Amino acid sequence: MKELARRSLGPAALLAFLGTMVLGLFVTPRDEVQGNLARLLYIHPAEAWIALYVGFGSATIASILYLWPRTRSAGMDVAAEASVEVSLIFILLTLLTGSLWGRPAWGVWWVWDARLTSTAVLGVLALGYLALRRATDDPQLRARRSAVMAILSAVNVPIVHFSVLWWKTLHQGATVFNPGLKLKVHGIMAETMLLSFVAFTLVFAWLVRERYRFGMTRVQRQDEVLAEAVANRQQEGIHS
Amino acid sequence: MNLAAELHDVIVAPSGFPVLSGLTLEVQVGECLLLEGANGAGKTSALRLLGGLSTVISGHGQILGVDIATGDRREIRRRVGWLGHEGSFYDELTVEENLTYACRLTQRPRASIADAIERVGLGDRRATRTGLLSAGQHRRVALAWLLILRPRLWLLDEPFAALDATARALLHEILRDATQAGASIVMSSHEKNLEFATAPRRVTLLGGRAAS
Amino acid sequence: MLVAAKDLRIELRSRVLLWQVVPFGVMALMLTGLAMGPNSQNAANLAPGMFYLVLLFVVILTVSRAFAIESPVGTSQSTKMLGLDPAGVFLGKASAIFLQLLLVGSVLLLGAATLLHIAAGVVLHALPSVVLALGGLAITGTLYGALTSGISGTTTLLPVLALPAFAPLLIAGERAFTSVALHQSGLRWLLLLILVPVVYTAVGILLYGVVEE
Repeated sequence: MKELARRSLGPAALLAFLGTMVLGLFVTPRDEVQGNLARLLYIHPAEAWIALYVGFGSATIASILYLWPRTRSAGMDVAAEASVEVSLIFILLTLLTGSLWGRPAWGVWWVWDARLTSTAVLGVLALGYLALRRATDDPQLRARRSAVMAILSAVNVPIVHFSVLWWKTLHQGATVFNPGLKLKVHGIMAETMLLSFVAFTLVFAWLVRERYRFGMTRVQRQDEVLAEAVANRQQEGIHS
Repeated sequence: MNLAAELHDVIVAPSGFPVLSGLTLEVQVGECLLLEGANGAGKTSALRLLGGLSTVISGHGQILGVDIATGDRREIRRRVGWLGHEGSFYDELTVEENLTYACRLTQRPRASIADAIERVGLGDRRATRTGLLSAGQHRRVALAWLLILRPRLWLLDEPFAALDATARALLHEILRDATQAGASIVMSSHEKNLEFATAPRRVTLLGGRAAS
Repeated sequence: MLVAAKDLRIELRSRVLLWQVVPFGVMALMLTGLAMGPNSQNAANLAPGMFYLVLLFVVILTVSRAFAIESPVGTSQSTKMLGLDPAGVFLGKASAIFLQLLLVGSVLLLGAATLLHIAAGVVLHALPSVVLALGGLAITGTLYGALTSGISGTTTLLPVLALPAFAPLLIAGERAFTSVALHQSGLRWLLLLILVPVVYTAVGILLYGVVEE
């Protein structure tokens, strides 16, 4: 059973993704106001959901588990790194699709919306996390510090979100969401959107798992290299 | 068993290089142990491990009753005394301020500071900024701190480097007093034929292990 | 507190803050004035924001200086050998940075008031929010300073990691300042300025030991 679940994750992700594409591109109707632009609805919210909640959520949980002495293992560190890396891709996609929609809908590529801003800040934090990892040689030090960084980021993002939200609402009366642009989501559109959430979650899970397997292989390889190095080091004494 | 520290097959590899490749070592209470070996043989790494500064990859043992794998390394650090290569004080503070700071942080009485400074021969330098002292004088400050700390395990990394004849004699004297008071000493040196007041037990390190 | 006293004493002796950080801040303020053009009408409106922007860079400098004094190999090793309580070290470091920022911050505030034409009454009323913001910056700065200390690329990594965390403080500080100028209630911004340091202090007390190891 477990084996079946393991094997079917990739195909399931692909299938759900293809399903979303077919429904989103060919089956669902054009929106009355926004036309084909509304089809971004079938990818953008799902990407944002992964980027803001699933991705960083799992990275934070893995980091906490790493710092908790009883659950500490190299696997948790690798899992956290894998989640942040994959999240970064989703963050970039979210920003990209958001801009693509924003340009025709709002007339600009960027607006100072709370969600948009916190997504961008999250992107910078994810980059910072990966930069921190690359600046540290010692694996234990790296694992500990990046776990702290992930937790700090998880604390920071909601604060950024709410401060930008307040910042907007207090001083710029009209919101960017023109009521006339409001989408009516119903019927097949709602079902497609729901499928897109499932699809992107599966894609995320599959990517993280593959990245995790790669990371674990690297950890194993490092262990082998270390064992070899220990043997060499012991020889040092005997031959000299 | 009367052991201040024992290590069995310990491997330590910060940044992937095994500086210690299976070190086994026992330190008796009240003994003076001299670690010998070429540069890069693992002497400083062994001292760092005994000082609770390294993460152990494999192996087991204890240092002053604290388990090296599962114990709190901060606890080890609190119990041992360390004398390293580097000047280990804040350059901008004077000798006396540095020692006072360390005393107050570790909640030790400050009464012994003046005596310790006098004993290491820095009486006329107590108000000098540490940054202006020579390497040998830095050593003496660190030594004064050990006199105040009175640790049960002394870890000395190349303690005789940069010391003049008087300072060497002083160090010998201090070490003898310490062992007589029941403290254990582990020190490293790459100088062969060191003259010792107390004959130390010698262990040679080779490739990150004790040579048999 | 001992840690803080030690840091301040070192600062008093070396005068890095006075001779390097303060002049940098003043010059940066002048540059913002110059960057806004010769007949900028809204210089006064932008002033609080400019003041905070310059302040953030000054905070980065102050924090990296505070961790630079700990970073010589021997010093960090012997401090470690004392086996100190990490939460105490964190609070001590943060308070020393806070006091230093109070000093630099007041010079910058005076500078901003003069160079960017902020009314004296507004500056006085904005003072509590500025002090709170400095507290928040000191605490978050200390955390990120410790996170990046002792590894390669510290000087460039610190701003990358810390600036996103400073963003809410910048927003809240600037808004609180401007609402004073516009005679509006800035209460919610003050709350945010209190909330952020509280949250980060809690995180710092919990996690500083992990970082320091």
